[in-house]
Amino acid sequence: MNNQNVIEAQKLTKKFGDFTAVNAISFKVKKGEIFGFLGANGAGKTTAMKMLIGISKPTSGEAKVVDYDVYTQPELIKNNIGYMSQKFALYDDLTVRENITFFGGIYGLKRSEIKQKAEALINELGLHEVAADLVGSLPLGWKQKIAFSVALLHEPKIIFLDEPTGGVDPITRRQFWEMIYKTAHEGTTVFVTTHYMDEAEYCDRVSIMVNGKIKALDSPTELKKQFQVASMNDVFLKLARG
Amino acid sequence: MSISVQHISKSFKEIPALRDISFEVKEGELFGLIGPDGAGKTTLFRILTTLLFADKGTATVAGNDVVADYKQIRNSVGYMPGRFSLYQDLTVEENLTFFATIFGTTLEENYDLIKDIYVQIEPFKTRRAGKLSGGMKQKLALSCSLIHKPKVLFLDEPTTGVDPVSRKEFWEMLKRLQKKGITILVSTPYMDEAALCDRIALIQDGKILQIDTPETIANQFPKKIYDVKADNMYLLIESLKEYSHNHSVYPFGEFVHYTDQRDDFMPQELTAFLQSKGLKNIYINTTQATIEDAFMELAK
Amino acid sequence: MKRFIGFIKKEFYHIFRDRRSLFILFGMPVAQIMLFGFAITNEINNVDIAIYDKSNDVTTQQLISKITSSKYFTNKQRIHNEAEIESVFKKGKVKAVLIFEKDFDKKLTKNHQATVQIITDATDPNTANTISNYVNSILKNYQQEKNKEVKLAYQIVPQTRMYYNPELKSVFMFVPGVMTIILMLVSAMMTSISITREKEMGTMEILLVSPIKPYQVIIGKVFPYIFLSIINAAVIIVLSIFIFKMPVEGSLFLLGLESILFIINALSLGILISTISETQQTAMMVSLMGLMLPVILLSGFIFPISSMPLPLQIISHIIPAKWFIIILKAIMLKGVGISFIWKETLIILGMTLFFMGLSIKKYKIRLE
Repeated sequence: MNNQNVIEAQKLTKKFGDFTAVNAISFKVKKGEIFGFLGANGAGKTTAMKMLIGISKPTSGEAKVVDYDVYTQPELIKNNIGYMSQKFALYDDLTVRENITFFGGIYGLKRSEIKQKAEALINELGLHEVAADLVGSLPLGWKQKIAFSVALLHEPKIIFLDEPTGGVDPITRRQFWEMIYKTAHEGTTVFVTTHYMDEAEYCDRVSIMVNGKIKALDSPTELKKQFQVASMNDVFLKLARG
Repeated sequence: MSISVQHISKSFKEIPALRDISFEVKEGELFGLIGPDGAGKTTLFRILTTLLFADKGTATVAGNDVVADYKQIRNSVGYMPGRFSLYQDLTVEENLTFFATIFGTTLEENYDLIKDIYVQIEPFKTRRAGKLSGGMKQKLALSCSLIHKPKVLFLDEPTTGVDPVSRKEFWEMLKRLQKKGITILVSTPYMDEAALCDRIALIQDGKILQIDTPETIANQFPKKIYDVKADNMYLLIESLKEYSHNHSVYPFGEFVHYTDQRDDFMPQELTAFLQSKGLKNIYINTTQATIEDAFMELAK
Repeated sequence: MKRFIGFIKKEFYHIFRDRRSLFILFGMPVAQIMLFGFAITNEINNVDIAIYDKSNDVTTQQLISKITSSKYFTNKQRIHNEAEIESVFKKGKVKAVLIFEKDFDKKLTKNHQATVQIITDATDPNTANTISNYVNSILKNYQQEKNKEVKLAYQIVPQTRMYYNPELKSVFMFVPGVMTIILMLVSAMMTSISITREKEMGTMEILLVSPIKPYQVIIGKVFPYIFLSIINAAVIIVLSIFIFKMPVEGSLFLLGLESILFIINALSLGILISTISETQQTAMMVSLMGLMLPVILLSGFIFPISSMPLPLQIISHIIPAKWFIIILKAIMLKGVGISFIWKETLIILGMTLFFMGLSIKKYKIRLE
C-alpha cells in the first residue's frame, strides 16, 4: 500500500441477494484529505461506508483501510478510525464528561489519558459550564461538535462522518467545518457524507455514487469544469438524474 | 388569510420553544419557515394542526380557531409530520387507501390532485412503505396528506435527509400544488430552499428573525459581501479570523464569504495581509448576499 | 362506518404481517396448556425407590410386591445395611427408601403392630409428601384386606370422596388459570402495544389530525383482538376437553359469554396502559409486571388465596383474574349456572366499566 493512501478500494462489491448495493467501486483516499462521499438516498453510500469501517463484509473486491484488510483485520481498522453519524453520536442520558470518559474507555485509553484529554476537549470547546449537564439538554449543534471531538479522542488516522451536520444551524455548521479543516490540516483524513451540496464544495475531492457505482470522482473545481456547471449541486443533479 | 398566527408563545417545562410569534399566510401562498433544528418549527406546526395548545396567543387556520374549532381544522388540513409517519408494514397502495378511507374519500375521487406524484410511486405500489427509498417515502407521505384535497397543507421538514435530486423534484411538486389553490406552509433547515418560497420567515430559538420575500431579505443585507479564495482553505479561514477588521468570516462553497467592519474597505489591503500569511492564488471579489448570509447576520 | 371498517382492515394487515407475533399469539396457548397439562403435575408415576427389608418374610414380601406392582413405584434396588441408605440418596438414584423392621410378620401377628419406615428425599418437598401419602394409602389398603380375614369387632373405614375433580387431576386446576393468563396477555398486552406503536411511529399524530374520531381509533384497535382472543379461548377449551378430558359440566354458551366479558375487561386494561405509556417497551413492561405477575401470583391460580396473609388477600380482590378463575371453575367443574356466579360476573363488569371510563378520561386528543 502506498504510504500516502489511507484508503484503497478495488472493485469493492456488496450484494444482498439479487440486489447489488455496491457495484465494484474503486477509489483511493490520500492522507490528510477531506474526501466527500456523495450520492442519492439508496445509491449505496451507507453500505460502502459500512464495509470500510469494518462492520460489513464485502461480497467481493479488495479494500485496505489504514493498511488493514477489511476482510481479515476489521478489529484493527476499528481501532484506528473514528466514526460519527447523525443518527447516533452520544448518549443523551449521560453527561458530557461521562460520554467522554465512556468513549475514551472503549478505545482503550488510560484513565490518566482520558482525564487529560477530557479537560483539553472541554477547554477547547468552552464547555466548562455544561460539562456536568446531560448531553440531551444541549442544542444539536453543540452535541455534534462534542461528538466529533469525542470521535477524535483516540487520535484515529481516519475519521468517518455520516451526515454530521443534518439540521444544524448555518453558523454552527460552519464552525463544524472549521473543525474538519483543522483536523485535516493536522493530518487526519476526513471521509464525509452530506446532503448539503455547498459542503461538497468544501471537500478536497468528491465522489458521487449513482446506483451502486461511482460515477464521478475529482476535485469540486474539476467536476464543475467537466460538467460545465456553476455549482456542485448542478453536478449532482446532472449525474443523478442521468 | 389562510393562516393567521398572533403572539403565540409556548414553553416546555420552563424552556421556551416559541416566543411571541406572529405572521400571516395568504390564501394560495407557499410560505416557508426557515430555521435549524430546535428553532421551534415543529412546535409551531403542532399548535397549528391542533395537536398542542399554545401558552399564549391565538391562531386560525382557514378561518377556524385552533382551539375552539379544532374538529373543523382536522377535517380540512393536510399534515405531513417531520419523521416518516406512515405504516411501514403496509404497502404503498394500502397506505393510500387507508388514509383515503379515514378521510371519507377514495383514491379515484381526488386522483387528479395527486396524479403527478402518484405516477412516480405507482410502479412500487405493492411494495411495503418501510422498504421504499427516502425520496419515495417522501412522495408517498405527500400523497397521503393530499388525498382529501386539503385547503391548507402543513409540511414539517419534508426534505430533511433527502438527497438533492429528490428535494428538487419535491419542490417542483409543491409549486404545482400551489397552482391548484392549496395554501402551503413548509419548514426546512436548508437555506437554499428558501428561495423557492413566495415568502419566508427566518426562525431561530423560538423567535422570528425576519419575514419577507426571499429576494427582499437577501437584498436588504446591510454589508458588502466578498468572495475570498486562496490555495489553502484552512489557513485562509484562520488568517481572515485574525484580521482585526473582519465583521464575519463564513466558508461558503468554494469561497469564504467575508464582510468588513469598515465602510471604506479596500480589498487590496486584505490581499496584502493574506499574502503576508503565506497564502497564494488569492482571489477577492464582491458577491450577492444569499438567504443564508442574511440568516447568519440576523442570528449572530 | 366506512372509516371504521377501513381502520379495522388496516389493523388486520398489521397483525397478519407480523408473523412472529402471530405465531406467539397462537402458539403460546397450545404450548402453555401442554406444559401445564403434561409436565407440571402433582401426580407421581414410576418413582424409583429402594427397599431395605430386614425381616424378609411373607408379609413384607406381599407388601413389597403390592407397592412395586403399582404404577406409582418402581423397585430400583434392594439394600442391605443402614449405610447404604445415605449413599443411594446422594447418588440421586431413588426418591424414597422403605425400611421394614426386623420380624415384621411376627410383630404384626403378636403385637398387632409393625413399623415401616418411609424415608423420602425432601429436596423436592411436594414430591416427598406425595410419595409418603401414596405409600401410606397402599399400606392402609393392605391392612384392610388383612383385617377382613381376621374379622375385628369394630372397624372404622374412612371413605373420602373428592368432588368435582375426583381423580385430583392437576390439569383441571391449570386450565382455568392458563386460560386466564393467556386472555389477559393477548388482550391487554397486544392492544396496549399496538396503540403505543402508533404513538412511537408518529402515525398517531396523523390520525389525530384527521376526521377519524378517537373512539373509532380505540374500538378499531381493540376489535381485532376481541376476535383473536375468542379464538384463543376456544382453542384452549377444545384442547383441554379433547386432550385432557376436562369436563365442561356447565353451559358452553355461558362459558363463552363470561370469556368475552373477561376479554373486554382485559382490553380496557390494555387501553388504560396505552394511555399512560409513550413507548411499546413501557407498555410491555407495564403489562407484564402490572398484569401478568398479579394474575399468576395473586389470582389463586397457583397459590391458594385462603392461605395468603390478609393484605394480599385484600389485594387479590381487585384482580379481575381472580374472579374469572372462580367463574371458570364453577362453570367447567361444578356445572353451575349464572345464578351462582352473578356476583363475580357483576364484579368483572363493574371493573370493566371503571377501566373504560378511566381510559376515556385519560385518552388524549392532543399530544400533551
